[in-house]
Amino acid sequence: MPVPHFLEVSNLEITASINMPGDIPKKITLVDNISFKLKRGEVIGLIGESGAGKSTIGLAALGYARSGCAISGGSIKINGTDILQLPTKARNKMRGTQVAYVAQSAAAAFNPAHRISDQVIEEAVVHRLMSKTEALAYADDLYEKLGLPDPKNFGRRYPHQVSGGQLQRAMTVMALCAKPDLIIFDEPTTALDVTTQIEVLATIKNAIKDTGVAALYITHDLAVVAQVSDYIMVLRHGKMVEFGSTDQIINHAQQQYTQELVSIRAMEKEEQAAPDSRPLLQVSHIDAAYDGLNKVLEDVTLHLHAGQTLSIVGESGSGKSTLARVITGLLPPLQGSIVFNGIELSAGLKNRDLEQLRELQMIYQMADVAMNPRHTIGQIIGRPIEFYHGTKGAQKRRETIELLDQIELGEQYIDRYPAELSGGQKQRVCIARALAAKPSLIICDEVTSALDPLVADGILQLLMDLQKEHNYAYLFITHDLATVKAISDSIAVMYQGSLVRFGQKSKVLSPPFDDYTQMLLSSVPEMELGWLERILASRTMQSADN
Amino acid sequence: MAAHQSLGQLIIRRLLLGLLLLLMISGIIFAGTELLPGDVAQSILGQSATPEALKNLRLEMGLDRPPLERYLSWLTNLAQGDLGTSLSSGRDIGEMIGDRLGNTLFLAASAAIIAVPLAIFLGLIAVLHRNGIVDKVISISTISMISLPEFFIGYLLILFIAVHLNWLPSSSIIYNSMTFGEKLQAIALPCLTLTLVCLAHMMRMTRAAILNVMSSPYIETAQLKGLSAFRVIFHHAFPNAISPIITVVVLNLAYLVVGVVVVEIIYVYPGMGQLLVDHVTNRDIPVVQAVGLIFAAIYILLNMFADIMAIIANPRLRHPK
Repeated sequence: MPVPHFLEVSNLEITASINMPGDIPKKITLVDNISFKLKRGEVIGLIGESGAGKSTIGLAALGYARSGCAISGGSIKINGTDILQLPTKARNKMRGTQVAYVAQSAAAAFNPAHRISDQVIEEAVVHRLMSKTEALAYADDLYEKLGLPDPKNFGRRYPHQVSGGQLQRAMTVMALCAKPDLIIFDEPTTALDVTTQIEVLATIKNAIKDTGVAALYITHDLAVVAQVSDYIMVLRHGKMVEFGSTDQIINHAQQQYTQELVSIRAMEKEEQAAPDSRPLLQVSHIDAAYDGLNKVLEDVTLHLHAGQTLSIVGESGSGKSTLARVITGLLPPLQGSIVFNGIELSAGLKNRDLEQLRELQMIYQMADVAMNPRHTIGQIIGRPIEFYHGTKGAQKRRETIELLDQIELGEQYIDRYPAELSGGQKQRVCIARALAAKPSLIICDEVTSALDPLVADGILQLLMDLQKEHNYAYLFITHDLATVKAISDSIAVMYQGSLVRFGQKSKVLSPPFDDYTQMLLSSVPEMELGWLERILASRTMQSADN
Repeated sequence: MAAHQSLGQLIIRRLLLGLLLLLMISGIIFAGTELLPGDVAQSILGQSATPEALKNLRLEMGLDRPPLERYLSWLTNLAQGDLGTSLSSGRDIGEMIGDRLGNTLFLAASAAIIAVPLAIFLGLIAVLHRNGIVDKVISISTISMISLPEFFIGYLLILFIAVHLNWLPSSSIIYNSMTFGEKLQAIALPCLTLTLVCLAHMMRMTRAAILNVMSSPYIETAQLKGLSAFRVIFHHAFPNAISPIITVVVLNLAYLVVGVVVVEIIYVYPGMGQLLVDHVTNRDIPVVQAVGLIFAAIYILLNMFADIMAIIANPRLRHPK
């Protein structure tokens, strides 16, 4: 007898209504005619850019639509029952007991007011699947199984008392605790550092294997999904682009869009040798602290030549953004010096002259909040032109248009507001704003982290083209090693406030490695089947050797 | 840094700040009464007093001493629990205030016991049915109550409940010899008036604070666990909205104690408010000063309580890493 499908989604359609003040309410289709089936023990990966509808589909499997959205067509059968036809009470029961959800940011998805265990066992207890004591004992078991430290006491802590990676594993425990048949993983590792991601990925994969649940694994990272799923569905603009086994999608993609996703990151800048001349930026022996006591930077020394790119790479908390704040003068260091163009910069922002400020520009991670939403694009870009160069009137407008052309947007954007632009376009405007000052060094702080891979690639390409043309130097802060490989001439690896490795790209990225760089490099998921097992096996062997 | 401080240290710091604030207020009250035309001697002897008699009385009362010296001796007496004597009756102010303060606190507490849970409950119900008809009815009715001045609500209640329906007495005079039940019956109308007046503020704040939290990802998590709407709101949203709610509840409690003057007058209730009004009319400055200081102390104490409760409600501060 064939195994029945646990989840059957047919012709799913989800719409959102948009009510802009003054406009007629519009309906847009978020998810269009999606169908798939899933058996127990199987994992389907949903992959696509933001706005592709992957989370919307995942939530629909729980019979849930975010406010403003509505499931407007199709059916979702769980164990043969169409959950869209169920009354609220029965649907709630199904949510707790048969289908569970693991959210992207466990740090935000845990209620800060309650202990971890109270939240983990809540579904099981509220839906009367277990008594409180049974549920607590089961949760303790799961903590242990998922490798959480001190499993007997872990659940007694509050969410803010444990790390992000631990919380993400606790979220998986929460999903498993009511023994569901289907778990929706919605970007469960996206918010984590690579070295943490690999551990969480391994625990999730084991948990799926051990319990035999079915799973939907949602992510924008094809390399990650290749490690955990049996099948992959590629989505774009709410429509299915391609569906196939993981091997088919990774190695034999049929559609052009899928091929683009697979081949992304093929870009690699040819490294320029460091010239013998004086570097543009020389940072020496910097110590810095936010409270004057606990050092977040310790003895950091590095340099950058004009027209070159230095990538600073490290996990969250490694001090890379702090270093940017020190260089820009936002955070005066405890000691050390910053020499720019042969002149020592004063530590604080206040004592730097206009020319020094102009030479050093910054681009931020969140383009959204880095722009005044009530200014037009023309005002945003025109402001530094006037501020640093005193250019006004028609000349200012001409230069603004020139910059808009350089960032490949063009004149028609000059009177628009940031809200009318896409994420990638906003980041381009931020780049133009930095260029407007005609700087020689631009600090880019995680400028592509919030963007989809294809869009991010476009931004990196633009930055590289601009560098070739105008000889800008970039100080590029990122946690993404693929980006580092793509754009750098030299690389600085930071860990817990100190520099672990610094030098030309070819040197930093070739053996012999120090332990940390080795771990960091090997943790980046690669787009091949079985990578996760291979890397975990090699690590186990290494630790056995030691 | 606040996060590194233990809770005990924090409370002690707030207490000391509260004392400092009270000291400053005592200065302001003293200076304020100094600024009034005429002095205590003038008010005792009246407008027709001879300069000679005034001078003698001032000497006798020590009013010829410099203001700072008089302020300090007033403060020293205060610190020893001596509020001075009333000019109009010659009685000890501490004794006079004792009963009155008890009555005011009794009325305020009765109103609070009804109003606070009711406001929070209505706020929760409003969130549960947000933007629906129940929410609108709750909002419109409570807001129309707060829009009316309290004396108007008071007289309306007297007109309908006391005069037309004859259910309750229109004045709320209470004696020590009354039983607890009789006292409760006597204060029913002022208590109702106060409840109606402060309900809307607390209810709206509860609603807003919870709605603010309702867009958090952990609320979505709770909904995706298949919990009932009430459990999501009460168990998951409410504890995270508690700080602003405590703040507004305590502000209203302070209002119940300090702001009852008008209501006490309407219902002829023998509380602090009436005492204050009576002695302002008599220009009995020591009593006015003492009452003002007690009101200020209650206000500071309640606000400090709100601060401390808001800190305790934050699990990050209760359970540091």
